[in-house]
Amino acid sequence: MRIGVVTFPGTLDDRDAMRAVRLAGAEPVSLWHADKDLKKVDAVVLPGGFSFGDYLRCGAIAALAPIMEKVIDAANGGLPVLGICNGFQVLVESHLLPGGLIRNEHQHFICRDQKLIVENNQTAWTNLFEVGQEITIPLKNGEGGYIADEETLKRLEGEGLIVFRYSEVNPNGSINNIAGLSNERGNVVGLMPHPEHAVEPGFGPDTPVAMRSGVDGLQFFKSVINMVVNA
Amino acid sequence: MKTPSVDTVKFARKTKDKVQPWKELGLKEEEYERIRVILKRRPTSAELAMYSVMWSEHCSYKSSKIYLRQFGEKVTPEMKKNLMVGMGENAGVVDIGEGWAVTFKVESHNHPSFIEPFQGAATGVGGIVRDILTMGARPIAVMDQLRFGAPAHPDTARVVHGVVSGISFYGNCLGLPNIGGETVFDKVYQGNPLVNALSVGALRHEDLKLAKADKPGDLVILFGARTGADGIGGVSVLASETFDADGPSRRPAVQVGDPFAEKVLIECCLELYAAGVVAGIQDLGGAGLSCATSELASNGRAGMKVQLKNVLLRDESLTPEEILMSESQERMMAIVPKKHLKAFKKIVSKHEVEFSVLGKVIREPRLFIDWGKERIVDVPPRTVAHDGPVYERPVAYPAWLDNLNSNSVSNAGLKRASNASELATQIIQVISSPNQADKSWITDQYDHYVGGNTALAMPDDSGMVRVSEESGLGVAIATDANGKYCQLDPYTGAKLALAESYRNVAASGAKPVAVTNCLNFGSPENPEVMWQFKEATAGLADGCLELGIPVTGGNVSFYNQTGDVAIYPTPVVGVLGVIDNVARRIPSGWQDEGNNIYLLGTTRDELDGSAWAEVIHDHLGGKPPVVDLAHEKALAELIQGASLQGLVASAHDLSDGGLIQAIVESCLRFNIGARIWLEELMERDEVDLTAALFSESQGRILISVGREDDVKFVGLCEARGIPVLRIGVTDSTGDLVIQDVATWSMEQIQKLYSGAIPELFG
Repeated sequence: MRIGVVTFPGTLDDRDAMRAVRLAGAEPVSLWHADKDLKKVDAVVLPGGFSFGDYLRCGAIAALAPIMEKVIDAANGGLPVLGICNGFQVLVESHLLPGGLIRNEHQHFICRDQKLIVENNQTAWTNLFEVGQEITIPLKNGEGGYIADEETLKRLEGEGLIVFRYSEVNPNGSINNIAGLSNERGNVVGLMPHPEHAVEPGFGPDTPVAMRSGVDGLQFFKSVINMVVNA
Repeated sequence: MKTPSVDTVKFARKTKDKVQPWKELGLKEEEYERIRVILKRRPTSAELAMYSVMWSEHCSYKSSKIYLRQFGEKVTPEMKKNLMVGMGENAGVVDIGEGWAVTFKVESHNHPSFIEPFQGAATGVGGIVRDILTMGARPIAVMDQLRFGAPAHPDTARVVHGVVSGISFYGNCLGLPNIGGETVFDKVYQGNPLVNALSVGALRHEDLKLAKADKPGDLVILFGARTGADGIGGVSVLASETFDADGPSRRPAVQVGDPFAEKVLIECCLELYAAGVVAGIQDLGGAGLSCATSELASNGRAGMKVQLKNVLLRDESLTPEEILMSESQERMMAIVPKKHLKAFKKIVSKHEVEFSVLGKVIREPRLFIDWGKERIVDVPPRTVAHDGPVYERPVAYPAWLDNLNSNSVSNAGLKRASNASELATQIIQVISSPNQADKSWITDQYDHYVGGNTALAMPDDSGMVRVSEESGLGVAIATDANGKYCQLDPYTGAKLALAESYRNVAASGAKPVAVTNCLNFGSPENPEVMWQFKEATAGLADGCLELGIPVTGGNVSFYNQTGDVAIYPTPVVGVLGVIDNVARRIPSGWQDEGNNIYLLGTTRDELDGSAWAEVIHDHLGGKPPVVDLAHEKALAELIQGASLQGLVASAHDLSDGGLIQAIVESCLRFNIGARIWLEELMERDEVDLTAALFSESQGRILISVGREDDVKFVGLCEARGIPVLRIGVTDSTGDLVIQDVATWSMEQIQKLYSGAIPELFG
């Protein structure tokens, strides 16, 4: 099982995403933004960061990178794609997911251990979670406020495409506490929090058991392995 | 004779009496005369620009040099054993074992951060990160040491918001975890906020790079961002002159940062290093091209021939002098052997980084810079970069100091609480005061996860990052400076800053191994300030010798004063520790209920210069707490020993705010309550309740220990002669009980501790 991790100029969490893939049991494959080659991977992660400096609009320039042509085609063909934070913004700018992400309501960048409720476990990236399960995933963004027009929102809610909602605290003013969503097919998932930062004991969020012991993020990567291997 | 369009060397020879603006460029008359003696003619305007920036206080350390030498002299061979690169390079490098080395340094960006807080703070991060990158290391973390004016002053919010957003903007975008730092408010920093930035990087031994050009024929290449008009004269005009209350706006001299360009540059440089195509590298920071060319040549004992017209410009109208002085950010200079040019080009093109070949290294130790066909610089590079003026400025014992020292807490008759309810009120006042309160409103704006190697970050006592994923080998870093202690006694104050950073690192379970510093002071032209500097540097050097850990580098920031009013002497001291496996690190807060709480060390009635004196009585006077470095060393060794045996559940160092501060923070870290009793402590150490709770006696650590490890732990302390006393137990009631004083629920205490800063700035 090979999972590609795309690096754009300004991508920051690519090495973290590669580590997460490795810890989940798959082989990470580095993909470069300027190449038009997906190297025969079984899934793709668009990691967090500030691709192209977030200039113009977060994710807008990265959405036009050569590699994204291939990612968009493959995603439309069913390849599992996970967009994390800036990667989520790229998915939205690529029209693989609807809506948009705007400046946090309080105007500050925020980094915190965020509680999420899993709303949909029928996607490529969440099939090992239970619906209603509470998980803790680090969140860090300046422009994470999810918005969508009323019609889109109605469709997302009606079709169960909201995958995660913020629990206890809405950290950025997202509509309906939306933290992440998927496409109809369930192969493309985007979210603002960072599952790749909750994969290794000692370096994840705090839990009631011990400091920095949270590994809820590992299930994202295990889910996609589970799906591909059992497909 | 016809005046040429640029001031050439030839023209300078013929016009020796031309009046030059040396004064406006910040040079003193004798310095200008010295340049004329070196060159045996008047300097060209380009040469004058170079000398003026390189001989500025900021670049030349001309007032501090004679004192900084002792950091290199007061060392034993044992202290130098693990030092791969010492002072004088961009940053010191320490061998941490397993083939790994670590480089770290702290630097000031104070003056720009007052004028333009956002860009000033942002480019401060950018600059220190490039210093680390220049050593061949991958930067792995940053920290910031911030000092602002009085919280209630109308200008403070502007500076706080600007500085914090600037650090957040730049640091987050670079992908470097921010793992700790300091925030202090005091009216002495009103017109002179201190914005210090620390970075740490890791490298394999064989990847070490030095800033030198020593092989004739090698190419001199400038790459990264284009050169623009930003930051021109920043060094000489800004950092080396006292602010004038009604002087002109100095905004144009502040640099503007582009963290995206720097992130790309970091990855590009690391790829260049890995490919082995770079023989020497230097970043462009203060003094820009003037600094990079002269330092590279001087360090390599060689010369350089540079065509200035080859510099890629953002603004075509820049004059050669401006190009030499520009402090445009995100630029690097590489020395590349000709045979590697093709490989160099391939890598920079992959990252879409622009570059231009400016010239080449030559054997003759001379720096030649041409502007088209005209020679505009012809100087010995060493005279620019290293043999600048050195001053032994007058020092004078401050006239006000004896009065300040005699105005102690007891001489001033400061009233102590006379009953439990008064004491409870004082506790609340202290822990909710801006300096003692929770700083997470600030630190939550920084990414501390990126990289996936952060083992400890704020609010823990020190930051800790893993260096080797295979073995878990890592480093811990803490910084400290208590300006109030240094105002009372700069010699002891500097030692106290060292002692606290050292203790913080030890409390995390790491072994302290090296020191960096950022010495923030007033004007060196004031003999009383110079005396403070002399005392503080002596205190720090003596302290390092006593602890057996070397200073690996640092930075001096003078002229932090407005009019005649200088800041408190604020020597920020950073200590680096090594830990064989970060899995062994010790958290600062209580994690489990039913653990015993021990206080290590002795409590004395030491309230002079304390948070209690400041918050309750608005008082500063007397003498700082006693510092005993032999005891600090024994304490550190005890914690390491206990941690190796897995006996310590948590450790929190005691510093400003005293015992009560450490108790509150230990409770709130993981929301575990406790019952605390103090009679035995008061009896054993002969102190009253006020001193027991608020004294800032040094050499103390609050430890929690699981019951099963109790006997072993106490035995270990006794065997090493460290005073140990059980003062409480953690519990699950959700309350903090200080017996005979007060009881608070976790929610109450959290609200008091965490509400203060957002209320002021949120």
